[in-house]
Amino acid sequence: MKDGGYWRANLRLVAGCLAVWFVVSFGCGILFVDLLNEIPLGGFRLGFWFAQQGSIYVFLVLIFFYAWRIGRLDREYGVEEEDDHA
Amino acid sequence: MELTTLTYAVVGASFALYIGIAFWSKAQGTGDFYVAGKHVHPVANGMATAADWMSAASFISMAGLIAFLGYDGSVYLMGWTGGYVLLALLLAPYLRKFGKYTVPEFIGERYYSQTARVVAVICLIVISFTYVAGQMRGVGIVFSRFLNVDITTGLLVGMGVVFFYAVLGGMKGITYTQVAQYCVLIFAYTVPAVFVSLQVTGVAIPQIAFGSTVADGGAWLLTTLDRIVTDLGFPAYTDGTKSGIDVFFITLALMIGTAGLPHVVVRFFTVPRVRDARISAGYALLFIAILYTPAPGVGAIARLNLTTTMQTGPVGAPDGNLVYEERPQWFRTWEETGLLSFTDHNADGRIQYYNDANPEFAERAAEFGWAGNELTVDRDIIVLANPEIAGLPNWVVALVAAGGIAAALSTAAGLLLVISAAISHDITKGVIAPRISEKRELLIGRISAGVAILMAGYLGYDPPGFVAQVVAFAFGIAAASLFPAILLGIFSRRVNREGAVAGMLVGFIFTVSYIVYFKFGVSPAYGNDPANWLFGISPEGIGALGAMLNLGVAVAVSAVTARPPETVRELVDHIRTPGDQRRAQDDA
Repeated sequence: MKDGGYWRANLRLVAGCLAVWFVVSFGCGILFVDLLNEIPLGGFRLGFWFAQQGSIYVFLVLIFFYAWRIGRLDREYGVEEEDDHA
Repeated sequence: MELTTLTYAVVGASFALYIGIAFWSKAQGTGDFYVAGKHVHPVANGMATAADWMSAASFISMAGLIAFLGYDGSVYLMGWTGGYVLLALLLAPYLRKFGKYTVPEFIGERYYSQTARVVAVICLIVISFTYVAGQMRGVGIVFSRFLNVDITTGLLVGMGVVFFYAVLGGMKGITYTQVAQYCVLIFAYTVPAVFVSLQVTGVAIPQIAFGSTVADGGAWLLTTLDRIVTDLGFPAYTDGTKSGIDVFFITLALMIGTAGLPHVVVRFFTVPRVRDARISAGYALLFIAILYTPAPGVGAIARLNLTTTMQTGPVGAPDGNLVYEERPQWFRTWEETGLLSFTDHNADGRIQYYNDANPEFAERAAEFGWAGNELTVDRDIIVLANPEIAGLPNWVVALVAAGGIAAALSTAAGLLLVISAAISHDITKGVIAPRISEKRELLIGRISAGVAILMAGYLGYDPPGFVAQVVAFAFGIAAASLFPAILLGIFSRRVNREGAVAGMLVGFIFTVSYIVYFKFGVSPAYGNDPANWLFGISPEGIGALGAMLNLGVAVAVSAVTARPPETVRELVDHIRTPGDQRRAQDDA
């Protein structure tokens, strides 16, 4: 592609974010839930907390992080939208 | 004021608001009708997406589901929120850059094929009608409980209101009514949630109350709940009973399905710019999380309240159970709806609420002189009865009724719009009559929205017996058919027409067959039992496997057939960058 590496940079960023997405939900909330449940977090067992609360908070942070980071990549690679485009 | 009068006033006022918005935001052309002229602010779109997405199931059923499922209920919490990460990172910005009106339109152009477009339309219609029937039913239930009108009248009123703003305003009307509906439903959900948290734990924020101590006694809420329910033979609240692999697949199917639901995807066509689409997905999840993060706390508290209301003393003590004649007022009210019922198996006049399906507990129950569980609770009443159980004033109860209707109507309207757009834009303009004028297309869009409302109303009035069972359908089919086709259309330049059509068909047919096979008892010899499931995956989770099959088939078939034409590869390059690539190419 003739974009000077923008797409590859985007793919790396997406892969990193999805790794976090997978770890907090499928990892902490499902696969390792019993192990993490040994750890108390206030009145929660940690694995249970990830499954019913923590994963949602991390998802939220991830989307806003991605939007911010990809916006910077757009400008770095000169592929951002023109403002008069709107 | 009397409850029914008050409820009429609150629900009536909310309807007047929706209709007022419809007049103000009448659609002028097809651009307004399909994508609100692409002028929607990302925050407004986030709110509209949240209302669009949160249906009667989220508002009315979810906290109740979690209350009775405990840890297993996590599949809904993670599944229905994690999908937004996929949407924001993998689909929304690119589809916005594509810049047309519908999901099948993207699939048709990317795969240079009318066949692909028609297959996508079929998937879209099956998904959306399945989903909409449940919404109309939800409207009917709320009407019959709170307004004392029969379900048919309730349905007709609901249909009338949706007809008005969907047909008149199209996407533009729907968007701004959804913003209003979000405000109504979130207020209605939060007020009782805060009050019950305060009553039980002394902490006002449900997300924190969930991990706090109960006000009297000082033990952790969840520890107390685990102890109380296991004493009655139920599985511990914070442990699951489903197998790990099944929880994994259900969560994955719900996530992928959420990201592939056409009425959700299309909301991201309405914002002005690509970067608005990215950030708007974040706002959508934020507004959704305002309901989804208190929900499990509300569920846990409701389960505790319900159990201790019935089990007033030590388990097994002769006077440890609530005397039926002394039952609280909310119990009587909900008994009338049939959603809560008591059968005195051991004829002692007291209510024994325990797990009679647990063989290890059966012996103890027999010692106590218990002859089976005597209380049947429909999980849907948890949220609706919450304000009454907590003894909140009537205006809160009225508000919850308006909130439930707002949740159901906003989702129904979004679904009806994608159905009508598929018929007028994809089928009529795209396949049958490409030369049709914009004015005629808009008219056909309005007529098909009207017809879709009538059909949805009929499905809600006379639901096929399996409506509750086919919820898994919508998510499973969206996951197995549309999501992989859109994903590959963006992230692969090699996947071609043959691959995409084969993939969608295989994913769709596999998923539908598996669900039909187990859910509708096609073969009684092989019941819907974990022992018979493929790899231990339940019908609810099979969409995730269907999606993987779709991806695999699409890539394999594409590898042995011709490359897509150059124009399509240019289209893919075009949607991958937010701006045009002129400047990047100059640098290179």
